Amino acid sequence: MENPVMKTTLTYREALKQGLREALQNDQDVFLMGEDVGRYGGAFAVSKGLLQEFGEERIMDVPLSEAGFVGAGIGAAIAGMKPIVEVMTVNFSLLAMDQIVNNAATLQHMSGGQLHVPLVIRMGNGIGRQLGAQHSHSWESFYAHIPGLIVLSAGTHEDARGMLRLALQSPDPVVLFEYTSMLNLEKEIDIESPIVDISKAKVLRKGKDITVITYGTGVYKSLEAAAELATVGIDAEVIDLRILRPLDDFTYLASVAKTHHVIIVEDAWRSVSVSSEVSSRIMEKKFYDLDAPVQRLCGVEVPMPYPAHLEEAAVPQKQDIVNAIKKMLRHG
Amino acid sequence: MGEFLMPSLGADMEDGTLIEWKKKIGDSVKRGDVIAEVETQKGLIEIEIFEEGIIEKILIKEGTKVPVGTIMALISPIGVPLETKKEKPIELHPIEKKVTEVMPRETAEESHIKASPLAKRIAEDHHIDIKQIKGSGYDGVITKEDVEHAIEQRDTIDKEQTILKTEKTATDSEAIRFAIAAAMSKSNKEIPHYYLEKKIDLTKALAWLQEANQQRKVQARLLPVVLFIKAIAKSLVDFPDLNAVWENGLHTKKDINIGFVVALHNGGIMVPAIHQADLKTVDEIMEALNDLIPRARAMKLRSSELSDGTITLTSMGDRGADSVFGVIYPPQVAIIGFGSISEQPFAENGMLGIRTVVNATLAGDHRATDGLTGSRFLNVLSENLQKPELL
Repeated sequence: MENPVMKTTLTYREALKQGLREALQNDQDVFLMGEDVGRYGGAFAVSKGLLQEFGEERIMDVPLSEAGFVGAGIGAAIAGMKPIVEVMTVNFSLLAMDQIVNNAATLQHMSGGQLHVPLVIRMGNGIGRQLGAQHSHSWESFYAHIPGLIVLSAGTHEDARGMLRLALQSPDPVVLFEYTSMLNLEKEIDIESPIVDISKAKVLRKGKDITVITYGTGVYKSLEAAAELATVGIDAEVIDLRILRPLDDFTYLASVAKTHHVIIVEDAWRSVSVSSEVSSRIMEKKFYDLDAPVQRLCGVEVPMPYPAHLEEAAVPQKQDIVNAIKKMLRHG
Repeated sequence: MGEFLMPSLGADMEDGTLIEWKKKIGDSVKRGDVIAEVETQKGLIEIEIFEEGIIEKILIKEGTKVPVGTIMALISPIGVPLETKKEKPIELHPIEKKVTEVMPRETAEESHIKASPLAKRIAEDHHIDIKQIKGSGYDGVITKEDVEHAIEQRDTIDKEQTILKTEKTATDSEAIRFAIAAAMSKSNKEIPHYYLEKKIDLTKALAWLQEANQQRKVQARLLPVVLFIKAIAKSLVDFPDLNAVWENGLHTKKDINIGFVVALHNGGIMVPAIHQADLKTVDEIMEALNDLIPRARAMKLRSSELSDGTITLTSMGDRGADSVFGVIYPPQVAIIGFGSISEQPFAENGMLGIRTVVNATLAGDHRATDGLTGSRFLNVLSENLQKPELL
């Protein structure tokens, strides 16, 4: 107990803010731009107080034009700055998609390696507690589809705080997903930020009976499900993918080879999703290690309902994970 | 239409291997004919038939191992024309000889068998035929666990088979050991035994025997055990509850067939029955013993001799222990034990003398009888042995 690890309890929002502050403090080239990030303190109050601390030049409110300010961010990055562009939520990012997909993701290639776009685009993602069909999308797969992008998913408080700093070190554009529904969620984490390697998935819980592969909002639900399953003798391994592009195949394939059973959990719609990609890779590379078909728990393929109980029913919950795993393992 | 079934030759027998049919289709058979030879834990047994008729159909091939109760042949009564049309189909479930076929058979083609890729891989690595495995996974899919279970099962069977083969070369003594173990465990588990002992004066019996033997050729001379058998049989006539079996209740037996324990040279015992001992003369009993004992030691007994016993006698002989308290052979309800014959101080009419005596014991099934019955029986047995000339 010479060096006791100091713990602190904080919300997901607070973790994001600490990450932002740290990034701004560490590098003068880093600046934040986005809708209402300055005077208003951010649509979700993540950047509250940062304008006062870092000034108008580094905390920049922008006009309501996603294509415009994401394009400006790309330009600043090419010019040598390290911009953090906040697109309030993934729902509005479609307006900036041409900039992200056709410019940010392709310029290195099209310039023959002469241009780099060290840009970080943050966006809130997923359901946000009754925000309706247009404002509740889980669209990680849209960006995970694009070569030239790095796509990160902050499914834990550690990553909410630590991912940004490392994303800024990437010479290529990074899309960083944060989860709106988790903003008020409190967790206890280490005071000292550990080095968070953003190129690797992370085994958050070791187990031998089944591998639960998840990301984003699925992470804590899967961990809770695993804890409940442990009481009935099922030892589940939980893996947070963390980096959705390029996928860290090594980590989850090694787990599959150990447990021989896989379930993938995500809030996103099932068709053409991150889970379908992971499932396919497992089939391609670990077919002879599978003792049961890969199962998936995904969002119901409907526009997200507004009523709270239907919203809850539209994405996998802890009990769904528990039940699906028990069924897979013929338990009870 | 009569059915000839694989007989049970004891509570411990679960199945037997048909070695040879001694009769063929069309042969007429009568009660007591040997119809087949069956290999059991107790050796090669000649199986007799107990009805008359003509062998109409033989259903089990030689070399097949079948459970007790399996229909092996159909016998049509004499005078009834052979007829097959009206027969209802008979389902047969022979135990296959091949090891792997112990497991349930799938008739489906391999391409239709659902097995996980991992299960298939493991099965292939271990040369397990996946068709023989029953799946426990979702929708009956064969999983890794199922294959591992099958491998384990095969390895166990392989081991047992090796043991059995070794036993064959080691004159079946291990197999007999297992048969005894099964029967005696069942007995001690299920039968609440009570034990009684009675000291019987043999002075008169032995004196009579000596005289009787002087008139007989050496080969025909009577052993004391013949008197014991005869006396037991005679006494049992008045104690039908001891000459019985317990199978969900007491069932008394009309015939008194005394199972006689024969110790084998390489260890183990066989218990051939002396049929209707109460109706046999002492000479006939001696003859039966001279026939049975060598055949028991050679493990060549007939099915009726192995299965018909209604009570058992275990006799220690000359140099054995003073008393023996037997373990009842299920489903029988009593076993009588005779210790070795010896001279002992004997008080009678206020005088102490030396007499030749034997300790007779009775182990009874308390579900069937009580100590009073057993005690009365031992008294009658003792009285009968005091009047050897009437035996």
